[in-house]
Amino acid sequence: MSTNTESWGSRVGLVLAMAGNAVGFGNFLRFPVQAIQNGGGAFIIPYLVSFLLLGLPLLMIEWSIGRFGGRFGHHSTPFIMDAMGKRRFWKYVGVFGIFSNIAIASYYCYIESWTMSYVYHSLKGTFNGMTQHEVAGFFSNYLDVTTSTTGIPYEALVFFVLCLALNTWILSRGLSGGVEKVAKVGVPLLIVFGILLAIKGTTLKAGTDGAVYDGTVGLNFLWTPDYTSLANPKVWLAAAGQIFFTLSVGMGSIQCYASYIKKRDDIALNAMSAGWMNEFVEVVLGSAIIIPISIGYLGIDRVVELSNIGGLGLGFRTMPFLFEQWGPLLSAIAGTCFFGLLFFAGITSSLAMGTPGMGFLMDEFNWSRKNAALGFGTIILILGLPVILFFNQGVFDEYDYWGGTVSLVVFALLESVLFSWVFGLKNGWREINMGADIKIPVIYRFIIKFITPVMLIVVFLGSIVRPVNDDWLGQSLGEWNFHNESIIGQLKHQGVGPNKQWFATAFYSENAGEVDSIFQLRKKHYISVSSHEDGKVTSSQNYRYLPAKHKLKFKPGDKVVKGDALFTGKVINKVFYIDMARLLLMSLFVFLAVLVYIAWRKRYHNQNQQT
Amino acid sequence: MNTSALILMVTVQVTVTALAAWFFYKILVTKPMAEPDSYSENDDVER
Repeated sequence: MSTNTESWGSRVGLVLAMAGNAVGFGNFLRFPVQAIQNGGGAFIIPYLVSFLLLGLPLLMIEWSIGRFGGRFGHHSTPFIMDAMGKRRFWKYVGVFGIFSNIAIASYYCYIESWTMSYVYHSLKGTFNGMTQHEVAGFFSNYLDVTTSTTGIPYEALVFFVLCLALNTWILSRGLSGGVEKVAKVGVPLLIVFGILLAIKGTTLKAGTDGAVYDGTVGLNFLWTPDYTSLANPKVWLAAAGQIFFTLSVGMGSIQCYASYIKKRDDIALNAMSAGWMNEFVEVVLGSAIIIPISIGYLGIDRVVELSNIGGLGLGFRTMPFLFEQWGPLLSAIAGTCFFGLLFFAGITSSLAMGTPGMGFLMDEFNWSRKNAALGFGTIILILGLPVILFFNQGVFDEYDYWGGTVSLVVFALLESVLFSWVFGLKNGWREINMGADIKIPVIYRFIIKFITPVMLIVVFLGSIVRPVNDDWLGQSLGEWNFHNESIIGQLKHQGVGPNKQWFATAFYSENAGEVDSIFQLRKKHYISVSSHEDGKVTSSQNYRYLPAKHKLKFKPGDKVVKGDALFTGKVINKVFYIDMARLLLMSLFVFLAVLVYIAWRKRYHNQNQQT
Repeated sequence: MNTSALILMVTVQVTVTALAAWFFYKILVTKPMAEPDSYSENDDVER
């Protein structure tokens, strides 16, 4: 008999928890960067089309699947899917709904801990008087757990453990006593913080507080439509991808939350409300903070350059410096608001990631809520440590790619097929409309059955064969060059360059150019190779070496060709850590699949005993 | 801001805000189902 007697306290709490699950770092950091990289204002057209044809249908599917499974006492996707499809393998497809949450939480809690730390440093005034370079350097230092410039030893690790302990404690308080209470405080607070920052960002005036441009220059840049970009498949795939990740679909957490809703209660209006609330935070608030403020101080060219390193880089390497221009008091308030809103966006999502695994342990193995929460905390600690210790070796990116990107698309595709074609759209449509407080337009029957699965197939195939430079129209089938971030490119380790062996006796340069310096930074030794054009540095990479173990083969001023041995001696290459991270993720999936098998055997045995 | 950017921004932001507000307002004003429903906070409320 399951020990799971959880329930939601109120409908508003459920909707806020679902909205909090969807609202995450991506709303503030990823969306604006995607928009400026994909046609500015015109990006919103494929984005909203994707929301209507992919996002909303998936929300309805997942809410329905969850509530359906809850009727049979299932609160995680393996046995929810088992109840929907006759074939045994569906429960193993459902493993994705626990796996993704654990894999994502392992690095998500880490980012969440950065925001905690940055709130602390904003209040403490750590960034006051720092140059832009020093603020960026602070972030690099922070990620290197062995060095501490703040006085707290192993600061990144300390904040991660604190953050994880907080998540575990809240989860142990249950849905209504923990998750819902946090959502009821966190979501309104993040909206208030977002509104304050958006007002400050859009009303920024050139010449005041050191700003070079008005805040409206950034808005103009972000919203000026380049309609020619609509002809580029890259823009449509980026928009579909953004919608997909912003709504937290394909993870299994929505199904888990919805499984605590009774048969007669509405899901249609709830899904619409949570979905549109996420869109408000992303489109209205997310577009009015980092881009207007950063362009106001750094100008368009510099922000476009910075956007290439992603939203995380902009948020943590740049924003504290920009807030600093507003004076000590305002910068402390702005820093607290910005990193505070990111923290609330993060924690309401990471809590949602904890619930499917906990639901599974409580349903199938009769674990108490507290033990299940502790189990979640322990596994995240085990899987999170490699992310922290080997962040610069690419472990973080591997978790994000396989656990937080590919798995979601695969799972969403399979669940949409299960819902529309195996469970049957007749049953599915009845499930969506059961107890509904609004009428869903009938056109969605057609969209859910045909359009959404086809869009998911396109997104999935697109991610397998994504071409280099996203040049979809310029490739020939005979000579298709894959993007480093395509699934094929990743499997082939295309991005790692010439250092393809786990262990080697030499390290080969990953770029061509000239050795411009050999330097020491925070007791670590580096050799820097840069390429120049018209006196400007076009690319530069620093490679770390150990003077005691490695012998340099080049000196400053020497020309280097990509693949030249920069130094000799025993080397453990990045590809080793990448493969270990993949192995760890695969082991996690297999482990969860074995647990599902054991749970199924247990159920089968109990059923036989009863009959 | 140029006109096309301004029109696009205002149209999209007003539409998204209005829809988000309307759906949330509907959540707030819709009467709860008769017990037993999914929510524990109103369990002891007589209707």
